[in-house]
Amino acid sequence: MLLDAREVNVRYGRNHAVKTASVSLDHGEIVTVLGANGAGKSSLLKALLGTVRAEGRISFDGTDISGWAAPRRVKAGLVMVPEGRQIFVSLTVHENLLMGAWCRNDDLETETEAVYERFPNLAERRHMPASVLSGGEQQMLAISRALLARPKLMMLDEPSLGLSPILVRQLFDLIRDLNREGLAIMLVEQNTRMALATAERGYVLELGAIVLKGRAKDLSSDSRLEEAYLGGKSDRASL
Amino acid sequence: MSGYIEAQLIILCLSVIYAYAIFLPAASGQLNLGAAGFITLGAYTSGWLNASDGLGLPMALGIVLSMLFVGAIGFAISLPILRTRGVYMVLATFAFAEVVSGIAINMEFLGGAAGMPVDAHAPVEIVVAVAIAVVLFCFYFMSTRLGLALRSIHDDESVALLFGVNVRTARVVAFTVGGMLAGLGGAIYGHHYNYVEAQTFNVLLSIYILLYVLLGGTQTAWGPLVGAAFFTVLPEIFRQLAISMGSDWLADSRFIFFGMFIVLMMVVRPEGVVTRTMQDRCAGYLSGRRARAAAAGE
Repeated sequence: MLLDAREVNVRYGRNHAVKTASVSLDHGEIVTVLGANGAGKSSLLKALLGTVRAEGRISFDGTDISGWAAPRRVKAGLVMVPEGRQIFVSLTVHENLLMGAWCRNDDLETETEAVYERFPNLAERRHMPASVLSGGEQQMLAISRALLARPKLMMLDEPSLGLSPILVRQLFDLIRDLNREGLAIMLVEQNTRMALATAERGYVLELGAIVLKGRAKDLSSDSRLEEAYLGGKSDRASL
Repeated sequence: MSGYIEAQLIILCLSVIYAYAIFLPAASGQLNLGAAGFITLGAYTSGWLNASDGLGLPMALGIVLSMLFVGAIGFAISLPILRTRGVYMVLATFAFAEVVSGIAINMEFLGGAAGMPVDAHAPVEIVVAVAIAVVLFCFYFMSTRLGLALRSIHDDESVALLFGVNVRTARVVAFTVGGMLAGLGGAIYGHHYNYVEAQTFNVLLSIYILLYVLLGGTQTAWGPLVGAAFFTVLPEIFRQLAISMGSDWLADSRFIFFGMFIVLMMVVRPEGVVTRTMQDRCAGYLSGRRARAAAAGE
């Protein structure tokens, strides 16, 4: 087991954003976390990454990391590609990659070259500010930057947001490629169809709690999935 | 060098030093409206250290010690001030400068409201040399790993944190080193004009310095240089122009045009005159021209 998070709770004041959620992920696995807007997906990711205060026990690669600060978790190989890409727009493409490797100080050249080989578009613009990149290229850069942190587990927060259908397909191809190379991936998505076609297993969050989990194939034909997206029963009763 | 040109050169050099002092924190997105406070501290400290009824230290030693002193003050106040953000940081740093000014005016041994004469004189050569050294230092500073950290914090603090950047330390260092540079600027001011008076370092000065930086651009180390040069030289050119046209009205109202120009800048170029993209284009053009020249020479 690479990641094992038990009974994670996240509270923002009186808002109970994640309610006793347990998720796990094996080496080399792709797992997706689905749910409507505000279901608590991003909060769960932040809890795993250590950027919000959370209750619960999180173990990663055999070590209990519950009390660790975010930078230490990054160093251990738990790396996030944040929502909305969030690249450093005034830094050059190359500097963005260096930021990904911030916690390391060994030789980066072979790894940056590998990125440029994979993405010739980035290589061409390596000395230009990242703001000149298109949306799709920015997403490639955000993923490449995360790769430079040498992740064992890459967590992607809604990577397909705002991308055209062609780019979304390319993105999911890339995610599958990375996984084939041995990277474990946790995919938070609103694009349910693509996410379930890519992942092996999935969790469905509704109002902060995990209401469904199982193999991706089974989830995609489960009628309760749609229900979760239409909002909780309590919500509908009040309409 | 005529007296007029020399006086303008001194003002330009001091403006450049001040601008870089505020640029360092601004590069990581912190708005420091306390420049006048640091300048006051630097000017009075080095003046007092050098004065015969003070410690009577040599000028150079006094300047270095005053920089360290101002740096220590900057470090101490950075801890509470950096807990604030945006407009609140502007207010906190402004308050700091007002407190410093209030203390200086009420200190008998610093001359109070009458100001303090400063003994040793720093000639124009020293002022220029210090300004050049500050510029070179800041270019170097921004090219280091810490400089990269500051720029990444400016772009997106939460993501910088996500990759393990120690955002707090980086900010404290930038604020403290910036404070030291402002203190240096103040010390040089005092030793060049041989007289300091707290009222000259008022909030208007702080605002101007912040304007140099914001309008020059915070993305590259060229910004404050261009900003300070622009805003000290341009009003003078306007004035000379108006005088040559024989219009007192134009000479007096040059600040109206200046103000309009600032507003225009905010509209058309909110990220400052010098941006990263512009720097890259210039570098690309120059290297392209060099390549063409080399090809023609063959």
